[in-house]
Amino acid sequence: MTKQITDFKLVESQGFGRSVLMRLRSEQVLPAIVPGQFVQVCVDGSPSTYLRRPISIHDVDVEQNEITLLVQQVGEGTRHLAALKVGDTINMVLPLGNGFSLPEKGEKCLLVGGGIGIAPLYYFAKVLNEKGIRPTLLLGGKSQSDLLRLADYQRFGETFVTTEDGSLGEKGFVTMHSVWRNQDFDKIYVCGPKPMMKAVAKLADEKGVWCEVSLENLMACGLGACLCCVEDTVDGHVCVCKEGPVFNIRRLKW
Amino acid sequence: MTIDLGRGLVLRNPVMTASGTFGYGEEYTDFVDLAQLGGIIVKGTTLHPREGNPYPRMAETASGMLNCVGLQNKGVQYFIDTIYPRIKDFDTNVLLNLSGSCLDDYVKGAEMVDALDKIPAIELNVSCPNVKQGGMAFGVTCAGISQVVAEVRKVYHKHLMVKLSPNVTNIAEIALAAEAAGADSVSLINTLMGMAIDAERRKPKLSVITGGLSGACVKPVALRMVWQVAKAVKIPVVGLGGISNATDAVEFMLAGASAVEIGTANFIDPAVSAKVAWGINEYCERHGFQEVTDLIGALEC
Repeated sequence: MTKQITDFKLVESQGFGRSVLMRLRSEQVLPAIVPGQFVQVCVDGSPSTYLRRPISIHDVDVEQNEITLLVQQVGEGTRHLAALKVGDTINMVLPLGNGFSLPEKGEKCLLVGGGIGIAPLYYFAKVLNEKGIRPTLLLGGKSQSDLLRLADYQRFGETFVTTEDGSLGEKGFVTMHSVWRNQDFDKIYVCGPKPMMKAVAKLADEKGVWCEVSLENLMACGLGACLCCVEDTVDGHVCVCKEGPVFNIRRLKW
Repeated sequence: MTIDLGRGLVLRNPVMTASGTFGYGEEYTDFVDLAQLGGIIVKGTTLHPREGNPYPRMAETASGMLNCVGLQNKGVQYFIDTIYPRIKDFDTNVLLNLSGSCLDDYVKGAEMVDALDKIPAIELNVSCPNVKQGGMAFGVTCAGISQVVAEVRKVYHKHLMVKLSPNVTNIAEIALAAEAAGADSVSLINTLMGMAIDAERRKPKLSVITGGLSGACVKPVALRMVWQVAKAVKIPVVGLGGISNATDAVEFMLAGASAVEIGTANFIDPAVSAKVAWGINEYCERHGFQEVTDLIGALEC
């Protein structure tokens, strides 16, 4: 899969509380992008945003050569990105890493997202639909305002919700939702904060269900060169950027 | 544009990529035609495999970054069996950065690499700040560097470049010791020891607390040290430390470097190394330098 370093123009920017939905268009034909892959975004402007920021791909429009990112403002880099205006240019390296393994037709899939970790599951659910697979989605947040674009996710499959404050869906963590007692799945895919992914991985392991998780370790190069973003696996330290970010839980020493 | 660093190491232009920032070259072939580079220096390799330090291994700092990777690699034999066959026919010089935790490891590693036809040079890493034994310990005293360079010199017959640590009081003395012990060239600087703290959590940002600082922020320090070393030694000096563009590279050459290495900047722009090579050419044309070698030490002061 060929990687590109490409300038994109911001064509739409829509705020969602602490997050922003950024639609970006390239003059170049986009390479093939698998759900779960990520981009490295260049943040110009200040000495404290020296390195690129790794951000998951929220959506892809092949016909328009567009990529959409759902960016949560967590630090100076992401705050700077959120402040960009329509028409501004953003340089990205893409596509990076390995995405989710696509299920076989007929397999029952559960996509579990927590907080901003729901972002890559949008493109994944869309691609699954295009392949004739309707996944089940389980999305969790601290409160209702964390569950961005919920109506858009619901188009791709039955969608369950948990919030820690009970403002929407069932109260509690995703692992406490009743769907775990009422339904069985062939494959579980997870993206969210590490403690949440570990809890879901434990649940999947107990049930003996195949499970992939998407990690977001601190990284510099995004290409497997600097060896900073390593995760401890059964094969030793491996780069999350190159061998991940998606890993089968059996490979991780969790 | 050709640069002859001696003992068979000839670069088609003065730009190489620094060890640990360019993988084995393969990671960057979508962005850079390796034939546009003077050479690539592959990831620091030790005689025995090393798992490196625990995560987290990096922290962003103002105009730079800290790392404490700790020389994660699968060892010299794995390099020879698995990686060398994949990269030996790259259309550029492929140099191996060799490190060790004791004298014997350096010597055995160098002997094994000596047998590889397509590796024209070793960059001897006596300056890694992230390994507990060896590494930088050899590079911070004249006696230490003399010993390791002299022993490796006995078994290694090709170009021996010695990568110097900036974490010393007088880097020119260290460079002179390396030269006297048989180094063909010196490269500098490796990373500067530093640390970063997460004030909210009251914890260090790196797993092993301290790490090596690199990136644009170290450039003035590196430039000063290259200038001091180039005045002191007769062997070629390879300059690195925060080079982000062709102007930076030209500055290092004016200070006395015969060639340069691009490091952390590869993370920000994966295509930067080739751009620096073109830019040096453009500078030479603009200023009427017939040969790129005319830039070496051309600082007027």
